[in-house]
Amino acid sequence: MSAITPEIVKQVALLARLKLEGKALSQTAAQLDEILTYVQRLQAVPTDGVEPTSHVLPLSNVLREDVPQRSLPQQAVTSLAPAAQPPFVKVPKVIES
Amino acid sequence: MPAGSLVSKTIHELRALLDAGTISPSDLIEDLLARITQLNPKVNAYLEVNAQRLRQQAKAASARGGSLSGIPMTIKDNICITDEQTSCASRILKGFRSPYDATVIERLRRAGVVLIPRANMDEFAFGSSTENSAFGPAKNPWDLRRVPGGSSGGSAAAVAADLAVAALGSDTGGSIRQPASFCGVVGLKPTYGRVSRYGLVAFASSLDQIGPIAKDVRDAATVLSVIAGHDPRDSTSAPVGVPDYAASLEQPVKGLRVGIPALPAGASEEVKQADHAAWKKFVDLGCERVEINLPNLHRSIETYYIVATAEASSNLARYDGVKYGWRAPSDSRLETRDSRESPESENQLLGMYLRTRTEGFGAEAKRRILLGTYVLSQGYYDAYYLKGMKVRTLIKRDFDAAFERCEVIVMPTAPTTAFRFGEKLQDPLQMYLSDVYTISANLAGIPAISIPCGFSKEGLPIGLQLLAAPFKEDVLLRVAYAYEQATPWHLKRPAVNI
Repeated sequence: MSAITPEIVKQVALLARLKLEGKALSQTAAQLDEILTYVQRLQAVPTDGVEPTSHVLPLSNVLREDVPQRSLPQQAVTSLAPAAQPPFVKVPKVIES
Repeated sequence: MPAGSLVSKTIHELRALLDAGTISPSDLIEDLLARITQLNPKVNAYLEVNAQRLRQQAKAASARGGSLSGIPMTIKDNICITDEQTSCASRILKGFRSPYDATVIERLRRAGVVLIPRANMDEFAFGSSTENSAFGPAKNPWDLRRVPGGSSGGSAAAVAADLAVAALGSDTGGSIRQPASFCGVVGLKPTYGRVSRYGLVAFASSLDQIGPIAKDVRDAATVLSVIAGHDPRDSTSAPVGVPDYAASLEQPVKGLRVGIPALPAGASEEVKQADHAAWKKFVDLGCERVEINLPNLHRSIETYYIVATAEASSNLARYDGVKYGWRAPSDSRLETRDSRESPESENQLLGMYLRTRTEGFGAEAKRRILLGTYVLSQGYYDAYYLKGMKVRTLIKRDFDAAFERCEVIVMPTAPTTAFRFGEKLQDPLQMYLSDVYTISANLAGIPAISIPCGFSKEGLPIGLQLLAAPFKEDVLLRVAYAYEQATPWHLKRPAVNI
């Protein structure tokens, strides 16, 4: 049984803002299927009552004093954008006029 | 004097020459530039070298003062340096120049290092061979038909080919240690939280660590002492004091317990033999051999490719052609080919996102983003991501228990020596399996080092991996140093030449 189909890959790709079609889609779907089938072996590991580890350090809620600090100048940041009209970055039209 | 005769030396050898005034930082940079001109076209360890800026830096550098004053160091292309390009060997960051320094860069600057951007790598550190670099792979100096390993393959190849004195890499699943093993140099992944990740382009935030690649253990220790330490800008950096790692290298290792685990299948005969000979050497050095059990070690690959891709898909969502990096032009091929019936034709912004990310990311980056998006999506989260995080707990517990019984664990770094170009490129799963021995250290957050421990019949280096409990880098380096001093492997250099 396949873990993933080209249809699902296409759907996931849209969520991830990627576009896959034709041979690239079928090839990627086959590769992801192989990888997911492999990782499914984890299902056999008993983990009842085991806490998940998202992070290995015994640190939580790291706090610091809330003091104002210098940040990067606005111009240094907007100048990195592919399109900008300082102090804004520009994107293609979102709303039809 | 042939080019590279200075760059071929270790930091501690150069330290003596710089302190005595025998050579200047500029002499070193000229030697380095001459060597790069001769050899980089073959090895492709660097994506870019700006001779003028290097000369300026060297001229301004002080030859004396600290352990790294006047020493040139190569930086992997995913660590931010002010006004330099940081591309992660990806098209999608084309033209990006960082407006700030990573914390490790600030620390190296303060220590007087001459910084050499930018070492080649797998795109966004996704890979084990540098074949995923958008700018062509780096080559292994021991055999140019073979990969240098990855993802920090450019850093390791540069150090091995005497195109660098030492380098910084990053390690998420073995990306410092495996290329160090393939190239016959030393590579250290510190404890998670030992070195600040501020300014390291994020791949998998709970696994990434920056570390040194060097010609010997002493150099790795010297660099670690400079880059390690707490940083308020990285809330996951640990408030744990930093010792002078190089100062304690010569302390005795007699009586230390060396743990030998049962290994998951996959190692080649030559690698197994070298590993076997290595732990016998530890017994000769007076260490006690202890059999240990890491029952979940063989689950690391599955766990890693869930956890790491989930984190990567989230981290890479920021590359959308809006705030920085590259944006696909609006008249690109993809749009004209299928502008009807597709979601982006209704929404110009969505269309821009899709084109930018589809054209900007390479095949492996897309694969990992898709895999990560899938394992995090509704309906699959519990089966994959949550399960992966639980098995990660089991892997960490195995190490906690093992370090009750030994100070250091010994196992191979990689199951094989350097493989040929193209050998695993069409089969991503086979490529992933080459990380089988390195991944568990990232999942458990523990420090691990790869050091040379022999050569295959074909003359390719074999790496030995040592692992220790969290923040026990001092013990790790001391044991690695004792082995290195008792063996000749680190002295042999590749014959790559013009």
